[in-house]
Amino acid sequence: MWQFIRQLFHKFGSPKWFYGIASKMMPWLLGIGLILLLAGLVWGLAFAPAERLQGNSYRIIFIHVPSAFLAQSIYIMMAVTAVVTLVWRMKLADLFVRAVAPVGAVLTFLALFTGAVWGKPTWGTWWVWDARLTSMLILLFLYFGVIVLMSAITDEKSSARAVAVLVLVGVVNIPIIKYSVEWWNTLHQPATFKLTDKPSMAPEMWVPLLLSVLGLYLLFGWLACLRMQTEILKREHRTRWVRDLATAEGN
Amino acid sequence: MAFDSFSAFIAMGGHGPYVWICYAVFTLFMVGLGLWSRRQQKAVLRSHKQRLSREQNGAANQGAAPASFTRIHPS
Repeated sequence: MWQFIRQLFHKFGSPKWFYGIASKMMPWLLGIGLILLLAGLVWGLAFAPAERLQGNSYRIIFIHVPSAFLAQSIYIMMAVTAVVTLVWRMKLADLFVRAVAPVGAVLTFLALFTGAVWGKPTWGTWWVWDARLTSMLILLFLYFGVIVLMSAITDEKSSARAVAVLVLVGVVNIPIIKYSVEWWNTLHQPATFKLTDKPSMAPEMWVPLLLSVLGLYLLFGWLACLRMQTEILKREHRTRWVRDLATAEGN
Repeated sequence: MAFDSFSAFIAMGGHGPYVWICYAVFTLFMVGLGLWSRRQQKAVLRSHKQRLSREQNGAANQGAAPASFTRIHPS
């Protein structure tokens, strides 16, 4: 049993193995992700009923919530892999953080941008310095910090450790984002999906929302695979299999 | 359909500009991210290939390396 776990761990640690698995999964992630996201967005834009109070401006929710959801869960994933980097010094874990930090930054920006545009007709203002919005802005700066730090240190090992520590320090922000709508008075409405309760919306609204969240999740999986492959190619350029791959595929 | 006509769909009851700008920016950034990531991978593979063919040519020639700041060939 123990032997099996060790073997699995070594396999997961092997960049070559990961590269192959990623290549196999990527068409599925991209295809199913696009279908789900498009279905959710078309349904949400054209077929879901208008909201009683907000009218049609609420249709922004179908991209706002998926972006914000992904922005936070990408950070949590980065924090988990940062622990792996620090404890087991696994190469792939560090590569994951490097690969997805820009994706997280883009999604956080999109969540903030769509939120601001939604806020204008709904709250009458683009921006307020309340807890939810401010903590999301801090998340964006954390992503920027990670991106800058990983390119600032050239030594592989010290860069991996420094980035991992920064990611872990920043993880305190995640529960603050999550509970900000409950701890403080805020303009932002509470969470749409909760694990314990039924959604507060009608099914014609939350089903397309769930579809677009799932779709964006799969698309993130595709992006993560693609970008990790690139990081592997950069770092493993001396190995035999990357040389073979480069000569075969570079045409 | 939640809308009576195509123009009503575009207008979104007066909220059209807000909704459509969000969807446009979202699409732009996500497509851009995908294309950029793909191009990055292709560029890395291409540079590897160039380096490999350079190495092979260099190995065939076996000529002396040119002088540099760190390597000087006294004559």
